[in-house]
Amino acid sequence: MAENQFFVDSDKLSETALAHKHLIESDKSARTNHMEYMEGMERISSDIMDKVLSAVDAYDYDSYTAVDVRRALASENCSIEDFKALLSPAALPFLEEMAKKAKIETSKHFGNTVYLFTPLYIANYCENYCVYCGFNCYNDINRKKLGYDEIEHEMKVISDSGIEEILMLTGESRSMSDVKYIGEACKLARKYFRNVGLEIYPVNSDEYRYLHECGADYVTVFQETYDSDKYETLHLMGHKRVFPYRFEAQERAIMGGMRGVGISALLGLSDFRKDALATALHAYYLQRKYPHVEYSLSCPRLRPIINNDKINPLDVGERQLCQVLCAYRIFLPYVGITVSSREQKHFRDGIVKIAATKVSAGVSTGIGDHESKYAGEEDETAGDEQFEISDARSFDEMYEDMADEGLQPVLNDYVYV
Amino acid sequence: MKDTFVLGGKEFNSRFILGSGKYSMELIKAAVENAGAEIITLAVRRTNTKQNENILDYIPDNVTLLPNTSGARDAKEAVRIARMSRELGCGDFVKIEIMKDSKYLLPDNVETIKATEILAKEGFVVLPYMYPDLYSARDLVNAGAAAVMPLASPIGSNKGLATKEFIQILIDEIDVPVIVDAGIGKPSQACEAMEMGAAAIMANTAIATAGNIPQMAGAFKNAIEAGRSAYLAGLGRVLERGASASDPLTGFLRD
Repeated sequence: MAENQFFVDSDKLSETALAHKHLIESDKSARTNHMEYMEGMERISSDIMDKVLSAVDAYDYDSYTAVDVRRALASENCSIEDFKALLSPAALPFLEEMAKKAKIETSKHFGNTVYLFTPLYIANYCENYCVYCGFNCYNDINRKKLGYDEIEHEMKVISDSGIEEILMLTGESRSMSDVKYIGEACKLARKYFRNVGLEIYPVNSDEYRYLHECGADYVTVFQETYDSDKYETLHLMGHKRVFPYRFEAQERAIMGGMRGVGISALLGLSDFRKDALATALHAYYLQRKYPHVEYSLSCPRLRPIINNDKINPLDVGERQLCQVLCAYRIFLPYVGITVSSREQKHFRDGIVKIAATKVSAGVSTGIGDHESKYAGEEDETAGDEQFEISDARSFDEMYEDMADEGLQPVLNDYVYV
Repeated sequence: MKDTFVLGGKEFNSRFILGSGKYSMELIKAAVENAGAEIITLAVRRTNTKQNENILDYIPDNVTLLPNTSGARDAKEAVRIARMSRELGCGDFVKIEIMKDSKYLLPDNVETIKATEILAKEGFVVLPYMYPDLYSARDLVNAGAAAVMPLASPIGSNKGLATKEFIQILIDEIDVPVIVDAGIGKPSQACEAMEMGAAAIMANTAIATAGNIPQMAGAFKNAIEAGRSAYLAGLGRVLERGASASDPLTGFLRD
């Protein structure tokens, strides 16, 4: 399998920093144990990680044949075995049939609705060295953390555009973007938006509870890859390195009272079929343990970042991505599926008619540049972006395009209780 | 004889309660008209939007709004959503929906009974969505429910009267109107429920996902009217498999 070339040295790093960077890149023994919790990380009682990882471990997708795929397509209730068949290479020739089945399931549960939202990055400081991410602490980018006035200004600009649902993001830095800071941002968000979600570093359940009380009700955490050995080679430094603490984030968020959680792998980092299986099983087992919670899946593919434009999703082409999404929908017909602006217009316009239920619009992954972006200008004071987006449609354009596709754009369908 | 449907002291000519989820505003209007519906449900959470398409503008004035509490996971949340609905000017009718399962969206009868009691005391006309369980239905009536709304099959499934026998028990034993809700997939199933003696039918997905929404709304209207008519007429003798015995079994009796 082809590999991405992730390592890039900035000429602004000190010799000591560079030496440390090279050491952890090249010498596993210089890195911490990624399966060990760090101090302050809450441990909960849960067997979900073991269940997911053992299922993924045992998954031999090449053993499935067209017969298994046909059986899965004919089955009324998609079992885990059926799902595995639908994710296998043997299912790729059945993509059109999978799409038809997925479309029926989507329409049963969601009708012809499509939800619109926008992400808002409030800070891009990060203490981790995740080799594929534009925010990684060794990457030479403009760093920025918005002050409360700036956050409010951004929110006003976004809200004036018509958006009612916001997903707030930060880089993963507890010291630069602490829970209190994020909580205050949530309180501001409640003034401008009807629905507030968070995509921040994993925190403990009492901190999730605090953020929930500040107005957030949805928490998304990407596991990036469920292959813990591969994970170890990609997340070389920082708290994000701790695989199980990240895995259990959704469960802690639920314990903190959040209404919904989002789950995802970043496709292209590792074996995407196994990661897709793990993502769906993660949701499946969580749902069995916490049936009252709303679940959503995302399906981001790896994108180029600042200082490394060669990063790409490798063997996850559009057909493969479509296969994964159809399989998700057939296996978990009730979950929301979000397709972000990492994907291009033609893909998003097509997939919302099959499986996706939510798309972003008016997106910037930079910090504090919504006003200039919406006005089509450059803002040199803005913080740099996490990754390059592929679909820059404004909220209005997206709304119209979705309606033209025969869908009903929904801005909000939620009450905070 | 005029056959009116009385709910919460209000009289209705139509026995078709139309859901408004999962489809576009223009179509809702057309569906209401073709369905001849006089009651339309509306998720309170769906009104919580600045969206230029205010759903209330698409609902004709003579139609009674039946706001629902979808999104509530327990009695406390349902009560809060119901009060919110009253404040929004959606009237006193409320359909209680309490789901603690995001997969099947099955109603939680225990929490629903609690919410019914609180809201009925506050003067709401309470219509609880429920799993067709006789004891729960009785408790709901004692708690002040104006009707009970048992599910025919899982919501959105279009699987029809999977709980038929249990709904029949409710129809036979419960003194408030029994409105069959959820899972009705086609007009024939709606007709069958009406023949059984259901007071009304609530349907949404079957219409929202039809090829031609207004036409399907009209088809449901006709089916519901036919079923009601058949119920009022009294269903004729249904023969058991094979012919009935020509010699009466009780012919030996002498006095």
